Amino acid sequence: MNNHAHIDEHRDDEGAKTGMWIFIFTELLLFGGLFIVYSVYRYLNPMAFHLAAEELDVVVGTVNTVILLVSSMTIAMAITSIQLKNKKLTLILMGVTILLAIIFMVNKYFEWTGKISHGIFPGSEILHQSSQGEILFFGLYYAMTGLHALHIVIGVGFIAYVMWLVKTDDVKHDDYVILENSALYWHLVDLIWIFLFPLFYLIT
Amino acid sequence: MIETHTQDTTPSFLEYKGRFKGLMGWIFSTDHKRIGLLYLYSMLVFFSVAAILGLLMKLELIAPGKTIMGAQTYNSFFTLHGITMIFLIVVPGLPAVFGNFFLPIMIGAKDVAFPKLNLVSWWIYIIGAFIALSAQFMGDGAPDTGWTFYAPYSFKTGTNMLPAVLGAFILGFSSIVTGINFIVTMHRMRAPGMNWMKMPLFPWALYGTSWIQVLATPIVGVTLLMVVLERTLQIGFFDPALGGDPILYQHLFWIYSHPAVYIMILPAMGVISEIIPTFARKTIFGYTAIVVSTLAIAFVGYFVWGHHMFTSGMSGVALYTFSILTFLVAIPSAIKIFNWVATLHKASIDLQTPFLWALCFLFVFMIGGLSGMVLGALSANVHLHDTAFVVAHFHYIVFGGTGYAFFGALHYWYPKMFGRMYDKSWANIGLAMFFTGFNTLYLPMFYLGMTGMPRRYYDYVDKFHGPNIISSLGAILMIVGLIVIITNLVRSARYGAPAVKDPWKGKTLEWTVASPPSLENFDEIPTVTDHPYKYE
Repeated sequence: MNNHAHIDEHRDDEGAKTGMWIFIFTELLLFGGLFIVYSVYRYLNPMAFHLAAEELDVVVGTVNTVILLVSSMTIAMAITSIQLKNKKLTLILMGVTILLAIIFMVNKYFEWTGKISHGIFPGSEILHQSSQGEILFFGLYYAMTGLHALHIVIGVGFIAYVMWLVKTDDVKHDDYVILENSALYWHLVDLIWIFLFPLFYLIT
Repeated sequence: MIETHTQDTTPSFLEYKGRFKGLMGWIFSTDHKRIGLLYLYSMLVFFSVAAILGLLMKLELIAPGKTIMGAQTYNSFFTLHGITMIFLIVVPGLPAVFGNFFLPIMIGAKDVAFPKLNLVSWWIYIIGAFIALSAQFMGDGAPDTGWTFYAPYSFKTGTNMLPAVLGAFILGFSSIVTGINFIVTMHRMRAPGMNWMKMPLFPWALYGTSWIQVLATPIVGVTLLMVVLERTLQIGFFDPALGGDPILYQHLFWIYSHPAVYIMILPAMGVISEIIPTFARKTIFGYTAIVVSTLAIAFVGYFVWGHHMFTSGMSGVALYTFSILTFLVAIPSAIKIFNWVATLHKASIDLQTPFLWALCFLFVFMIGGLSGMVLGALSANVHLHDTAFVVAHFHYIVFGGTGYAFFGALHYWYPKMFGRMYDKSWANIGLAMFFTGFNTLYLPMFYLGMTGMPRRYYDYVDKFHGPNIISSLGAILMIVGLIVIITNLVRSARYGAPAVKDPWKGKTLEWTVASPPSLENFDEIPTVTDHPYKYE
């Protein structure tokens, strides 16, 4: 019947990467909306934001920053190793990336539960008695780090899926654009954290 | 016709048998043409519902006091009418239907860059639509905030806001995915020889639109997400009781929603730029100027959102700046009007239905655009803000602009999409009724607004009665016109005379392939050497 190659078989790595970059722009703008809200409210409540930021643990924040930076490095190394046709090393490096992401989330979990056990969470009694600036700070803290954590989860899912593709040889040394795209996404997750960390932990 | 059928042995995309049969062959098809038609059919359903809601509102306003519905019902009707029309029809409308169907063909490609993603975007659209509309039937009553979801009412009202807001958020993703897909398609898949300045103007318009979709939609996405979080987790963003600022919501909302107006109108302008040279049998006047003004609108359109908030409380400097920028953004639109009119000069015009739609577009779009200038002026705005004048203005732009272009595009590309011709006299009769009804409906609202009738009220004082009767009668005539138009098109899909490849003598690539096109559009990818509208 119809012997034409179907359109799905069309392959364009450059196009796929262009698409990913544009998607990353949209992600940055998504967080951009929250950054605007943060800066407006920080400008309106400088003292309250200062006091509230001191509640956060800089050590945990720093550790998490280092973890994410290292994970960005391991996923970048995974691309190099697939180019060098080293499948095993690629899988190990991707596994390390996921492991680091999980450690990040565990830290985050303890940080959040710590806050919540102190009664600091949206709608809590203690927060209702605080100043409006503090309510806003912690609202933004939970919303922004929460949305970032959601991105970590999506990124881990994405990388895990690509790992499976590497395992089945659907991603190999001459066809690895989806691995590059998952790495790009992971760098985005990292980049956003690079901005969240000083905004919430360092500026006091 | 006989020619096309004997020569083309490849089945058309309508007849093609893929992996699935029947309905499944459509809703799981990654063919850009089928996806375009899927969008068309779904929008037709939503549009009918929203248009009936609009008619019912006009019937309520035919007499002062309660006529057929109470205040709360009226509030939920204009909310649902707005949400459906804006988020489900006008914003995705032209790109999703005609962009999907014709963008690849017009640039000489076999499909869009990411066909699977394209299908996913339709599914996201349908899921978002159902979530948004479910708000009407579940929970504590239909949303009553208007389509803008203004804080603090949107998290204070007891009605079922959450699905509506969440639905709009999800629909944003569909918009973003389509935008990314189109941008990459145009960058990577133009036929050999088609450089940027040889690309037809509808793809150019889609290019500008796609960038706005990609760069503006995330902002409203995150804003709606904040409303969701505020309602569910009581995280303070916009609630003054929690330290938030409701005005900030308005800013964030309009940072997206004003560029969204250009998402609506740019593709409409693109359609008009296709129709006019085809029926004028003449190269479009000032191709470069149209391209540049398209990009200028997309760019400047970003910086005018404040004109929705002239009475909300902003500094004097901000007010003046937004007002001046608003006047500035009118210039590229006006340039296009001049280009279209200049194209008609000394042309040998073929008065067909699509061309008549384009002419009507020019007429109503100018009324819409000029009344926008009235609203962009600070002092006039204070007087006219939140009156029926605003309603008339944006219906002239959104319905008069995008709506007319949508129906114009439908009549222009119908032979190509379905391989049949429609009945021209019924199409013209329908247009005449629709056009008369449209103006009878909205022109009196300018007057009503000027004399002080506020928008979004189910009731009014006696002195507004006369113009409201005229307006409501216009609404009835317009709906009858719509029924004639749609019935004619639906009937012709079955009974119309078969269409030839190029019924209108168009010069762009879609007229070089069979009607309807085969699955892969082109047997062989064409090489482009000429300008898209080369008639001389």
